Amino acid sequence: MQADWAKLFEAIDASNKTNDKVEALLNYLNLATDTDKLWLIALFTGRKPKKPINATEMRTWAAQASGIEPWLFEECYGVVGDIAETIALLFAHKNTGETLQLSLTEVMQEMIMLVGLTADDKHAFLEKRWLQLDKNTCFLYNKFLTGGFRIGVSQQLLVQALSKHLKKESAEITHRLMGKWLPTYQTFEGLLLSDLAQQEDSKPYPFYLSYPIEGEVESLGEIQDWQAEWKWDGIRVQLIKRNNNVYLWSRGEELISENFPELLAFASHLPNGTVLDGELLAWKDQAPLPFALLQKRITRKKPSQKIIEACPCAIIAYDLLEFNGVDQRLNSLSQRRDLLEELITPNGFGLIQLSPLLEVENWNLLTELRLESRSQKAEGLMLKRKSSSYQSGRKRGDWWKWKVNPMHIDAVLVYAQKGHGRRADLYTDYTFALWNEGKLQTFAKAYSGLTDKEIIAVDQFVKRNTLEKFGPVRTVTPQLVFQIGFEGIQESARHKCGVALRFPRILRWRQDKKPEEANTLAELKQLL
Amino acid sequence: MQGFGLIQLTAKGLYCAEGDFYIDPWYPAGKAIITHGHSDHARLGQTAYLCHPITEKVIQHRLGLVQTETIAYAEERMINGVGVTLFPAGHIPGSAQVRVRKGSETWVVSGDYKCHADGISEPFEPIAATHFISECTFGLPIFNWKSQAEVMAEMNQWWAHNASMGIQSVVFAYALGKAQRILNALNPAIGKIYAHGAVMAMNQTLREAGVKVFQAEGLSDGTKESLKGSLIIAPPAAAGTPWMKKLEPYRTAFASGWMAMRGSRRWQSADRGFVLSDHADWKELNAAVKATGAENVFLTHGYKSAFARYLQTQNYNAFELDTLFEGESLNNKPEEEATHASGLG
Repeated sequence: MQADWAKLFEAIDASNKTNDKVEALLNYLNLATDTDKLWLIALFTGRKPKKPINATEMRTWAAQASGIEPWLFEECYGVVGDIAETIALLFAHKNTGETLQLSLTEVMQEMIMLVGLTADDKHAFLEKRWLQLDKNTCFLYNKFLTGGFRIGVSQQLLVQALSKHLKKESAEITHRLMGKWLPTYQTFEGLLLSDLAQQEDSKPYPFYLSYPIEGEVESLGEIQDWQAEWKWDGIRVQLIKRNNNVYLWSRGEELISENFPELLAFASHLPNGTVLDGELLAWKDQAPLPFALLQKRITRKKPSQKIIEACPCAIIAYDLLEFNGVDQRLNSLSQRRDLLEELITPNGFGLIQLSPLLEVENWNLLTELRLESRSQKAEGLMLKRKSSSYQSGRKRGDWWKWKVNPMHIDAVLVYAQKGHGRRADLYTDYTFALWNEGKLQTFAKAYSGLTDKEIIAVDQFVKRNTLEKFGPVRTVTPQLVFQIGFEGIQESARHKCGVALRFPRILRWRQDKKPEEANTLAELKQLL
Repeated sequence: MQGFGLIQLTAKGLYCAEGDFYIDPWYPAGKAIITHGHSDHARLGQTAYLCHPITEKVIQHRLGLVQTETIAYAEERMINGVGVTLFPAGHIPGSAQVRVRKGSETWVVSGDYKCHADGISEPFEPIAATHFISECTFGLPIFNWKSQAEVMAEMNQWWAHNASMGIQSVVFAYALGKAQRILNALNPAIGKIYAHGAVMAMNQTLREAGVKVFQAEGLSDGTKESLKGSLIIAPPAAAGTPWMKKLEPYRTAFASGWMAMRGSRRWQSADRGFVLSDHADWKELNAAVKATGAENVFLTHGYKSAFARYLQTQNYNAFELDTLFEGESLNNKPEEEATHASGLG
């Protein structure tokens, strides 16, 4: 018998129907203890405990314990595409006695406990566990062990279930789940039932996200009802100042304050009770710098002065969510913009800039302006309805992104590797090459962009046209041509081809093209 | 041409030169001994087909009028001085292993096989051999089947749950073999059981060959009311086609050994996956190889490189053969593609 939480994850994993998933979640919430519920929320919102072991240790121990040679274990792993599942499959039938039932809280406590053990003790403990758990629980347990646990549904479904369970608005639930909290010190009641105003200063609001524009821009109605801005290619952030403390959150709900001390110092001049929504960019002389510079900053906590000077950053603010400690989200965008302009004068506020408005008479002029996005170092335009409130999550209707078409180039498929998850055992991860002095030079990897049907066809091609195998990677006959799209390009000393692409992906399969007709590296570099 | 003695691998398939016959050739070749009726083993274009009587009916149903001759299990037939005998392979009704012997050499070609009872096929029988040509579709230690009773209990439970909500249960399984195996093991007390046209036709063919197959109802007799809470069994090719429309509301499930892996389960985007295979799992493959007493083992379709290497560590002379057999495939077999349009109405 599986534990309730394992059944829940299996049901979520197995079903394609949103309603089934919400139903399963609700059933679990209605019966679970508060600590189990809190851990469930933590897992759904990416608050996993620290992983107690690494994948290499796990492979070695599992091969040993299952009595097969390491090479055969690797063969199995190659087919399954997932360490946690491979182990579960190898052990499932060996469990002959009573299966062990652990609650979600107990499992999480074991994860925390294991961190403190020596390697030998961990090994001994896991060998025992692998034999005691049923297949699905074993799989999930292993996922927690390696920190690879991902739930195949959006946080939105959990919010829906919690909203039904607690009979509270889903926007409020979303808000309550944000920010820094961990199940090790928070309680279910403290997180979801206590007075919102009493919650921590650092708690951000849920971000409002846009949809790509559908159809003709004219269909949005009168241009006067819309606010147009550049769509910047940076990181969406929320800047909070409350009780003399400043917090910077990324859209991925990561607290990145420590990475940007200069912004923190600057933002301390803001009045208390201020929350700004904006874009974090590498920025110099009133213009954005390449995204790669920003990337250097994101990966570094407590950066040196040298790095701060080499990669200067700024926030382009475009919305005001809290002013004087009062939630502004239900006010119209125009009202919020007025307050924002009061706070940050249009001629700048140093490291916090005001996102400029693009004011034109009609849609035609805006359409022309959009074509200048690249020279403005923007990805396109944002269109926001002036009368709209600040909603939570991705919603259609009031916020649209209108990106410029991606740059693209035709390239040849040269390497393929099996995917993971849904695509395990299919060759879905590809490396592409361009012609360079008569040879094919790899320049980009891409995973997405093909239909399921096309994936099967390419998979068949790879299996039948393998030239060499290097571990999980196969080199294939250079024959298939794909159109690769990307958002940006810049020089890179780290890449052998000399350039790095931003967001490369497959736009379409050029079945009409022969490999000789693919583009050259020189042609790619012309786009620099 | 790869030669190992009595049986060779040629471009057209496994061939016995001394007897001048092929076993499951994949191109028009000549005289053919057929292990079973699946389309990757019984192909059109042979001058004569020698097989088990059940397989004969299947071949005639699938390939039309071809020249066939039958042979019962365990009966030895001399062909140009070579002794040929069929033994049950336990894969599907009528499936056979082929023993070919002359002098000191005894070869067994397994065809597709499984070693656990499925309630419909004659159970697999281990045969002594000097050379064993084995399939190994599931030749990795991650494949370990639960008993049919356990899997069918899960399926019946799933069906009963759906039925209690007034929802139909659609199970996708090969029209030949897997479908009948499931039909015979479902609990008819739960509700009505329907079958897709391709399955109905195959049921009839097998019945004519003397196989007992549960009497499922044809979908043309189904009304919205009678379909409610029923179970419908259909070939994999019917998944996601407009044919499904009339069955709404429903939940879907695949019954296949590949369902052991989460990745393939999700790839099929079915609501459930039941791990039910007509091929041998890791334990069965190892037991079958051992039981033949063969020193030389040749592996055809499946994880043959890994299984061959493993057998080498167990002191067998193990080799991979490059054949065109497919084993259990999640994609459609041609026979099923051709017939999937029929069914409702």
